[in-house]
Amino acid sequence: MNEVAPMEQFSEKPLVEACARAPVGLLAELTHRCPLQCPYCSNPLELDRVNTELTTEQWQDVMRQAADLGILQIHLSGGEPTVRKDLEDIVEVAAKAGLYTNLITAGVTLTRDRLKRLKELGLDHVQLSIQDVDEANAEKISAYKNGLEKKREVGKWVREFDMPLTINAPIHRHNIENLPNIINFAVEMGAGRIEVANIQYYAWALKNRASLMPTRAQVLKSAEIVEEAKERLKGIMVFDFVVPDYYAKTPKPCMGGWGRGVMNVTPQGRVLPCHASESVPGLEFDNVKDRRLADIWLNGQAFQKYRGTSWMKEPCRGCPRAEIDFGGCRCQAMAFTGDPANTDPACKLSPHHLAFVAAAEAESGVANPPPFIYRRMSPAKAPAAE
Amino acid sequence: MNAETPRTRVIIVPASKPALPPHIKLRHDPGRGRWHVLAPERVFEPDPIAIEILKRCDGVNSVEEIASELAKDYNAPLQEILADTISMLQELSDKGVIKA
Repeated sequence: MNEVAPMEQFSEKPLVEACARAPVGLLAELTHRCPLQCPYCSNPLELDRVNTELTTEQWQDVMRQAADLGILQIHLSGGEPTVRKDLEDIVEVAAKAGLYTNLITAGVTLTRDRLKRLKELGLDHVQLSIQDVDEANAEKISAYKNGLEKKREVGKWVREFDMPLTINAPIHRHNIENLPNIINFAVEMGAGRIEVANIQYYAWALKNRASLMPTRAQVLKSAEIVEEAKERLKGIMVFDFVVPDYYAKTPKPCMGGWGRGVMNVTPQGRVLPCHASESVPGLEFDNVKDRRLADIWLNGQAFQKYRGTSWMKEPCRGCPRAEIDFGGCRCQAMAFTGDPANTDPACKLSPHHLAFVAAAEAESGVANPPPFIYRRMSPAKAPAAE
Repeated sequence: MNAETPRTRVIIVPASKPALPPHIKLRHDPGRGRWHVLAPERVFEPDPIAIEILKRCDGVNSVEEIASELAKDYNAPLQEILADTISMLQELSDKGVIKA
């Protein structure tokens, strides 16, 4: 049985056919509010404010449109999605529309009653993030007290309600040495799945790269640990290992290819090809308040811009891997080379590759990395009402 | 995955009674004209044989019964079908798609 990963080839086919071939998944960033302040947050540096968030009805409409479009799975994320008091109303509509619903949560603001209700309304799966299994270190990373204890509790409720649990563990230099304990924690929690997710360096993580980057030796060791654990825990826990591409030779097929398998809706309703794509200049993002989701997916300028392979330059153009990795990540190409149409610097064929690797090696080699810049709303732009 | 989740690997044998856990959904997708298995943060595309096997994974039928039904339907040798069914279900069990 093949995994749809995340979408089979459609980009070069006529749009009529594509109509029936919607993205597999939609990441719904319900809010940017979050009680945690992790320095590697994937949210943009400019966070959407609560008074600009889509309403309950608007999110419910997004769910119905997503199902009509043929999207299969909804990932309810944030920020912290459970800070929205109407999460239940959104989940209910999504589940009724036939979408597979996944809650991506830090857990600390979730209650047993709410989880029970969410399950009754049709929530299919819970992904719980952890910062570390060392309490003090978890506190330091998230700038949140007693989070780990709360997460243990949430994990117990998930099992109590007979729901599947994924533990998501973002990995960086401050917790990579604890990886064996993090894996054990996930097993003890009864997780059926673990994401050992090396930090991808965008947005806040890019800002904090010098504080977070592990050494090559640490990364290689972590890969060995995962390989061993995968074998030992076969049939017990499924592993997803996201490698840090700074030490790679070929880029990751970011988002499974631009505008190919996934779409993202921000708290304000902007529809993005990926959660970091607002860092790429020259893109026009449509809003669900103005345009139907299906129309945005098929015709939106931001989706069309880097869809398929026709936008590619050398060395991507004509590369045998062009339809395997799609030139990697546009956001990373932009951030590191200044041109989003360049090949991802993670590719060894990129003229920027050596400088890219050197940056990671230099930063990770520093004995005392700089302190974290925590993820916070910028106070300068806070409206008086908040 | 829950309180009863065996924390040892399930080994599929002819007497196993496989079933899809509640959070695994075998669904026909009319838009794309195909079947999907929806799993936590995964979508699988079963081939025609896998679809036939998964449809029969109800926690009542044993692997042996499923295989003998398929052997009849496809007019194929039972031992061969049984071996293929076991190996497929073992793989699905390791991926968390079925329980037994």
